[in-house]
Amino acid sequence: MPRDDNSPDGSEGSDRDGGAQARVLGTSHLRLEDEALLRGQGRYADDVGTSPGTLHACIIRSSVAHARIRHIETSHALAQPGVACVLTGEDVRQMSDPFLVAVKQRVDQWSLAVDRVRYVGEPVVLVVAQSRYAAEDAAELVEIEYDTLPVVVDVLEALEPDAPLLHEDVGSNEAHRRQFSYGEPDAQFEKAAHRVGLTVEYPRSSFAPMECFVVVAQYNSASAEYDILTNFQGPFSVQPVMARALRVPGSRLRLRTPADSGGSFGVKLSVFPYAVLMGLAARVCGRPVKWVEDRLEHLQSASSGPNRVSRIEAAVEADGKIQALRMENIEDYGAYLRAPMPGPLYRMQGAMTGAYDIKHLALDQRVVLTNKMPAALVRGFGGPQLYLALERLVQRIAVELELDPLEVIRRNLIQADAFPYRAAAGALYDSGDYQKAIDIAVGDGRLEALYERRDAARAAGRHYGIGFATVVEPSMSNMGYLSTLLSPEQRERSGPKNGAISMATVAVDALGSVSVTSDVTVQGQGHQTTIAQIVAQSLGLQPEQISVNLEIDTQKDRWSIAAGSYSCRFAPGAAVAVHIAAGRIRDRVARIAAKSLNVMPEEIEFGDGKVFARNNPDNAMQFARAAGTAHWSPILVPEEDEPGLQETATWEPEQLEPPNSKDQINTSLAYGFVFDICGVEIDPVTMAVRIDHYTTMHDAGRLLNPMLAEGQIRGAFVQGLSSAMYEEFVYDENGSFASGTLAEYLMPTVSEVPEIEILHIETPSPFTPLGAKGLAEGNCMSTPAAVANAVADALGVKDVPLPITPDRVNQLVAGEEPAAPEGVAEDGDGDEGRVLRGDGAFVVPAPPEEVWRSLLDPETLKVVIPGCRTVKEVAPGKMFARVSMGVGPVRGEFRADVTLANLVEHRSADLEGALDGPLGAATGQGHVTLEPRADGTLVSYRYEVKVMGKVAAVGGRMLDRAAAMIIRQFFERLASQVGDSGGAGGAIWHRLRARLGKLLGARR
Amino acid sequence: MKPAAFDYYRAETLREALELRAEKRDALRIIAGGQSLGAMLNLRLVSPEGLLDISRLDELKQIEVRDGRVEVGAAVTQSQLLDWAGLREKLPFVAQALPWVGHFQTRNRGTVGGSICHGDPSSELPLALALLGGEVVLRTRRGSRRLSAGDFQLGMLTNACEDDEIVVAVSFPAGVGARGSAFREVARRHGDFAIVAIGLVVMDKGQIRLGVSGMADTPQVLELPGDIEDAAFVEQVEAFAWRLKGHTDIHASARYRRDLLRRIAPQLLSEVRQCA
Amino acid sequence: MRVASKTELVQVGFTLNGKPVTGHAEPRMLLSDFLRQVIGATGTHVGCEHGVCGCCTLRIDGVAQRSCLVLAVQAEGLDVQTVEGISDREDAMSVLQEAFRKHHALQCGFCTPGILMSFVDFMERVPDPTEEQLRDTLSGHICRCTGYAGIMAAVIEAAETLRAARGSTDA
Repeated sequence: MPRDDNSPDGSEGSDRDGGAQARVLGTSHLRLEDEALLRGQGRYADDVGTSPGTLHACIIRSSVAHARIRHIETSHALAQPGVACVLTGEDVRQMSDPFLVAVKQRVDQWSLAVDRVRYVGEPVVLVVAQSRYAAEDAAELVEIEYDTLPVVVDVLEALEPDAPLLHEDVGSNEAHRRQFSYGEPDAQFEKAAHRVGLTVEYPRSSFAPMECFVVVAQYNSASAEYDILTNFQGPFSVQPVMARALRVPGSRLRLRTPADSGGSFGVKLSVFPYAVLMGLAARVCGRPVKWVEDRLEHLQSASSGPNRVSRIEAAVEADGKIQALRMENIEDYGAYLRAPMPGPLYRMQGAMTGAYDIKHLALDQRVVLTNKMPAALVRGFGGPQLYLALERLVQRIAVELELDPLEVIRRNLIQADAFPYRAAAGALYDSGDYQKAIDIAVGDGRLEALYERRDAARAAGRHYGIGFATVVEPSMSNMGYLSTLLSPEQRERSGPKNGAISMATVAVDALGSVSVTSDVTVQGQGHQTTIAQIVAQSLGLQPEQISVNLEIDTQKDRWSIAAGSYSCRFAPGAAVAVHIAAGRIRDRVARIAAKSLNVMPEEIEFGDGKVFARNNPDNAMQFARAAGTAHWSPILVPEEDEPGLQETATWEPEQLEPPNSKDQINTSLAYGFVFDICGVEIDPVTMAVRIDHYTTMHDAGRLLNPMLAEGQIRGAFVQGLSSAMYEEFVYDENGSFASGTLAEYLMPTVSEVPEIEILHIETPSPFTPLGAKGLAEGNCMSTPAAVANAVADALGVKDVPLPITPDRVNQLVAGEEPAAPEGVAEDGDGDEGRVLRGDGAFVVPAPPEEVWRSLLDPETLKVVIPGCRTVKEVAPGKMFARVSMGVGPVRGEFRADVTLANLVEHRSADLEGALDGPLGAATGQGHVTLEPRADGTLVSYRYEVKVMGKVAAVGGRMLDRAAAMIIRQFFERLASQVGDSGGAGGAIWHRLRARLGKLLGARR
Repeated sequence: MKPAAFDYYRAETLREALELRAEKRDALRIIAGGQSLGAMLNLRLVSPEGLLDISRLDELKQIEVRDGRVEVGAAVTQSQLLDWAGLREKLPFVAQALPWVGHFQTRNRGTVGGSICHGDPSSELPLALALLGGEVVLRTRRGSRRLSAGDFQLGMLTNACEDDEIVVAVSFPAGVGARGSAFREVARRHGDFAIVAIGLVVMDKGQIRLGVSGMADTPQVLELPGDIEDAAFVEQVEAFAWRLKGHTDIHASARYRRDLLRRIAPQLLSEVRQCA
Repeated sequence: MRVASKTELVQVGFTLNGKPVTGHAEPRMLLSDFLRQVIGATGTHVGCEHGVCGCCTLRIDGVAQRSCLVLAVQAEGLDVQTVEGISDREDAMSVLQEAFRKHHALQCGFCTPGILMSFVDFMERVPDPTEEQLRDTLSGHICRCTGYAGIMAAVIEAAETLRAARGSTDA
């Protein structure tokens, strides 16, 4: 079939050539999607109408990081009017199976916590009611009792032998480990002139989209069929996972995606457990159930990229040439492995050597579980983690060997004549000219000017640094990549997994109007426009004339397990399927027209809505007429063609083979290239990192729409910048989640984004007919590395902790602080919102026996515990209380269990307490000592309280004050109460109580 | 995230509002712009019995200059104050600080009174109140009183408003800072809660006041002689930084906050002295 | 005094994009939810429900503000404008919307309505804005897709176009 014009430029359409189609594909055609979105007529999942009687769901999530669920009391919630059902893990366990996982371990996960919770935010109970408002009201009445378990949050601590276990059946928190050796890395390291190594940590973050998860689920009991609409992005290999969990055949899980989606960036893979949960709820309630995730839930529990500790080492020649690499990747997947994890660890497997010609590689791939939100794919998908380590290493080589960093890069680059290039671990890089790309990027005096800026800044005493990043950006995953985690013997037994199918259908109706469907989901990238351009180019029409519907319906559409939008599979995959299908339609219409126009089909051209003979353009007919012939006059259709006019193309490139017996795997079809130059300056007052200059050079093969390509690059750049400097999920050592709202979890606004320069070259991919590679993930991979390298250069340091916040820079730069004056206590360690410690002492004007009696008397405690509504003794030394407390306007109701232990009568006691309520949970220990004195009793106390849950996540700043005040007030009131019996203290007590009551917002 | 249920009252006159307040007392929370309270309601961090909406009370939307003071009605939005013609001349420090309060969209509805009453420890308007020697005007059905910043701002998110009172105005001495005023805020992103917000003002009689938000539970002010030497100033700032101490949270450590104060305060002093 | 008890569904009426609308709501119902769920005006989006992301921004009496921090009942009798009301012509969009399209200022489109509403207000108030002022207005919105460059180009051009149009009518 005729190959389309390759030349790149941004023009809206070149001049005609004798009536030939003006060029459409490869131009910056404005988007067809825009008008509806600009008018507020988007059809996101929460916008589409639902059936009458649709109920609304609210999820109660764990406020503790690790615990056995002792009891869930749902009766009060169920008794609320308007509540249709309340589901717990027990219900879910009975109705569904745990989700399949690639790793063969017992890391069972259902859509609600079963027996145990393993991370703060884990779904525990589902409340379904007439409205979300009513469901949240009912949710406040559900009581959950936890027996807390020890917590492990740090990925390295999780590997220690005495670490708390996330899943007992696994026996360790390391759910998977495999080592790989390509070439002869050990021998190379033996004889290396130098070894350079470092440990790099990639932080935990996501690319939270503006639209959260949405699920609308229905269950049809007559046909035993689930119908679920959700803004799921794919891969559709997860559809069978959902069907199996729901215990139905795949054909009885109708999964539908909406017309519009408010961004995904990988995150909306992870909606699938919720789709299952809402399906079960619809079945139980007998009515459709809708769930719209809110931002608080999203931040706690939607998804996260895995954080990774990489120990990377190179065997290097004196001139910087890398002979071998060793990499130990310890990747933290949080509390559960969800399909298709551990994707990010293996997605880059074949291309672990990046842009460099390194023939020897040793890999140690380790998957670890911790008490944090389960990790999954986010944009970049293993690339950011890899390149931070690799590119930091390359800079370190330059530093330690005293070479120029750019020289080290150049010395190691794969040569332009080496393509297609087979990397050591199996990736087959289709095309590229890395040297040319870099030459252009540093050319035109660009790099020189940057060096001058740096030198001038340094001469003036400022911290300025330059960093590079060189990235090979894979697109369109080989579905077999995950099977690399199995041994060759295991792969033999289970059968080879490989390939990647893309599908598209182009149809022309009886009036000659063209419509297209394909197996990509919408996330905002402009797929519809690009598809329309491809088809319009083929058929000589305008993109506006092509209708594109990307709302996937697994019962009605052609789809495969590779379907979806992820891993940049559009340009090298779905776009090609569209192109092939359109080409077939074109050929068929050409054959029909040839008959009518009396020429050979090879002479037929398409353009301007017409079909005509190349050598005699006036011998023409309207496209619509030619196409309509297939419907109205099948007798005029050549025998070899079917009547009607519809073509479904399936595109499966041959390069995506299964892993071989040496564990080599071509993990992707196409490989683009990104080279970034970053200059940073450190603000001398705030220590903020300011991007002073940023150039990003891209080779994504042929650009289908340059405007859309630039949009993707800019978006990815800001996300990469965000990973480097802002976005992070923070957990404290108790697993308490601190990044609770958008005031804590920071995403850049326009004010944080610098100007960037974008450059392109194109080395088209020989592996796809369109020559286009995916390009949306590149800067997610390159920018964190480039920024980290620039900061390392600016500060002259080896370890650059990400995100590189002003505080962290200050720690690196500021040196020793002047000594504190006498009497000033040490700073807390930042857990003040979460772990509170304190002590104090005061004198109660009463003998120890009276004080002692008061401590054990529920009536006294009721008066003395701030905001206490009821206290009852449930066993000797054990009290249960309901307490209302807070600070300022922030107030909540809590249930409290307090136990006195180790009683030494009239002398000392240990107190243990647990508080729980909708605002969060706290556990605390205290110790009280009584000493007789002349003026009464000296009461000394110390305490430690751990706070978790919403208030800890959201109001960390308030919490330490609240807790300190409450605890201090408890003892002060105790003193007053006991002293009150003496009479004189009474008036003081009442005034004190009034004042403090106001301060704490406690109800009288 | 939906609020818990509450009764809603929208007063049409201040008198109505005060009557209701006297009747319902602390069963009522007062909402003006809702930029702080709205989020807390949605998060169910607060669940009041009733909400009294004072946002449409014209009596509370006036800005008046009277007896050497600028009286800003409690329901005046931050945008309205920012657009007030007399701002730069009468309240130069507020003119410098106000653009840092949230964003255009939140200033459009958030009120001056609301910000002062909410009392977030890192916010700018409470800093201005303390630094400039402002006052809060509170009314009950029966009468009114005025409290200084220090007497009103009791602690983090906590003020001295009694449960039968409504804050009706915020009052600043007019023209303070005309002899020199400077403001600097450090935040992770433009418009975020401040990590520290620091103001320096030359008072009418020449003395210098240095104010800091974001390090203690309430804004703290240090007053110094107007002719203080640079070295002595630095010493004072050092001691002040340790007194304030700062705290560590997800965005910044206590040490970092102290370092910011150390670096910024002398810059503000220079700025102010150059303009003098 | 307008009183609505917590268990009551009150009738809330206001002008929406020039036309009167009414519906029933509990006092606690957010304006964003009321518009989307009761009136069916789904162009206003919800991204965070705590006033930070900007997706829900609309105009009340001309003033851009977060609808997730306004109760439906608080909008009673007022003049509400949402993204659906920016252009009342089927065959053309406003200068601002056209500029967004031209400069690829949207990708997924979820944050877009809020941004449009902010600028409709801002450009009316500040007819001759500097780039700095435009950037400041935009900083009240979070966008994850575009990297903001297209949005800035669009609002700069829109301001210029509107300025030129005013200039020519003044002449």
